[in-house]
Amino acid sequence: MPASHSEQRSDRRARWADSIVLRTIVRRLLLGLLTLFLVSVVVFAATQLLPGDAARAVLGRDATPDRLAAFRREFHLNESWLQQYWSWLSNLLTGNPGTSIANGLPVWSGVEPRIVNSLYLLIVVALVGIPLSIALGVWAALRRDRLFDHATSTITLAAAALPEFVVAIALIIVFATIVLQVLPPVSLVAPGTSVWSHPTVLVLPVATLTIAVVPYIYRMCRGAMIEVLESEYIEMARLKGTPRGVLLLRHALPNALAPTVQAIALTFAYLAGGVVVVEYIFGYPGIGQGLVNAVSARDLPTIQLIVLILAAFYVLVNIIADVVVILVTPKLRTSS
Amino acid sequence: MTTQQDTAPSAPEGRSRALWLDVLARTCRSRRGLVGLALVIPIVLIAVLGPFLAPKSPTAFVGLPYAGPSSEAWLGTDGIGRDVLSRVLWGGREILALAVLATVIGIVVGTALGTTAGYVKGALDEAIMRTLDVALAFPQIILALLLVSIIGPQLWLVCLAVAAIHAPQVARVARAATLRTVEQDHVKYAEAFGIPRRRVILGEVVPNIISPVMVEAGLRLTYSIAIIASLSFLGFGLQPPSADWGLMVNENRIGIQQNPWPVVTPIVLIAILTVGVNMFSDAVARSALGIEAPIAPPSMSGSDDALGGADHVATEVPAS
Repeated sequence: MPASHSEQRSDRRARWADSIVLRTIVRRLLLGLLTLFLVSVVVFAATQLLPGDAARAVLGRDATPDRLAAFRREFHLNESWLQQYWSWLSNLLTGNPGTSIANGLPVWSGVEPRIVNSLYLLIVVALVGIPLSIALGVWAALRRDRLFDHATSTITLAAAALPEFVVAIALIIVFATIVLQVLPPVSLVAPGTSVWSHPTVLVLPVATLTIAVVPYIYRMCRGAMIEVLESEYIEMARLKGTPRGVLLLRHALPNALAPTVQAIALTFAYLAGGVVVVEYIFGYPGIGQGLVNAVSARDLPTIQLIVLILAAFYVLVNIIADVVVILVTPKLRTSS
Repeated sequence: MTTQQDTAPSAPEGRSRALWLDVLARTCRSRRGLVGLALVIPIVLIAVLGPFLAPKSPTAFVGLPYAGPSSEAWLGTDGIGRDVLSRVLWGGREILALAVLATVIGIVVGTALGTTAGYVKGALDEAIMRTLDVALAFPQIILALLLVSIIGPQLWLVCLAVAAIHAPQVARVARAATLRTVEQDHVKYAEAFGIPRRRVILGEVVPNIISPVMVEAGLRLTYSIAIIASLSFLGFGLQPPSADWGLMVNENRIGIQQNPWPVVTPIVLIAILTVGVNMFSDAVARSALGIEAPIAPPSMSGSDDALGGADHVATEVPAS
């Protein structure tokens, strides 16, 4: 009887907690949608601020008035902002983001392969950077205040401050031009071929972004790990004679993961901006390079689409970070 | 775990001035703080005094493109035959000035918003913080890039864009610190005496939130330098033929095999500057709050959000 009673209560409590978690997640998703909508308005408004005339910029100085008018009609440049925004948004939502002003091809066909390439880049960075920073963080926590800890902490503090382009150029100098010539300084990929046909083009961009992502994850992981290792239950387990490996992997690490996972998600959200510089430097045919190209060609539909994609990625990763934090933090999970 | 209150006692006005001076003094005595200063000061001197020391005009043609170092031009020439040394000496001023200005604007605006929100509470607090939440949910650097690339490479725009990236973060930190401060007795006394709100905020609250804001300022300065250098590297800062460290790197990277100096020198200077500022601000954080500085994803970070405030890290990273 008492057993079933407490069972019932814990069951009810679990359901209550679930509903709160669910509500928080739904709220977070709605907030994300609202943010995306606002981003779309800002992106649209910003591109409307273009000094000068997109039609003239594309057709050149000596375009005839007729051609300018036809161009404006074709791209709805002479309608009101609201009309333009609405037709742009509804086209976008129905999967038709328009045609590129620069080359007349559908925007999507130019952007799609770039998304794939950028995703490859991010996936490789994740596969290299996340295990590396967790390993460094855990090891530094275990060797707290010893040489390894001091060395990695100082190095990551320095690395965290360096702009990507400084790191990228330094890597190019060391590995691709002056000191050694073992890697390509430019990530040339012929259109229509995959980056995997020349995997070496990935090395330097991945190295640059890895140096950018490791410091923060490392530091959060180290801090969380130190806190856990000092806790009483670990002391207890240690006194009980739990083997070191079990202690570390079963008892300590899972509790250090919450802040680490959040750090990982936020770091990857940041990469939405980081890829722009790095892809530009290495000429890597990803979405960031696409943005720089589109900006210099004043290719409005492409700019809008790419910025929205990057924004969506950013918002999505942030939502994931929040949800993960809610799920792994008991205090947040059970309080309203 | 050391929290704000432990190291920042509820100082009455007057003593609080000594408090932040004290933090600076302690920072300058710490090893990391000294290393940071030793890195930063020479670079600042180069940037500020450089134009007076430059042997040649930064825009004059003095030799063949990408000529190597010679007695005539110590660091050789750049892609169109200008003296690299002179361009380096001229090229740091704007980065430094813009970064400092953007940081100051971001800190002042952020502190004003955060303190007001935390002190007034209620509907205004909600309004300010929700607006900032939306601002934080934007991939700011992308939008900054977008604005700068569309409106054109205007220096004021770069500065404002970077300041706008910082302000919401600073506001969060300032608000959290304010919420702790308003619970203290001296603020309550001041209120009970009927001292006007504005004077309570300026006289009682602000002096007491200086430590966390200082930590934040150091961190923001590091980012400002990195972001502004990156923007000028991308060609959105100073325009040719002006000399600018970021721009120089991009202009001359094609000729890196013939004469590496126009690329290597600015890269090294920017690296030393950012690392030095970061070391120093880490030392400030340690002596102000007894914690490690919150580091965020580096330079182009849009979301230093959760990395953000000193508060956040105070709960995650124990003192070491």
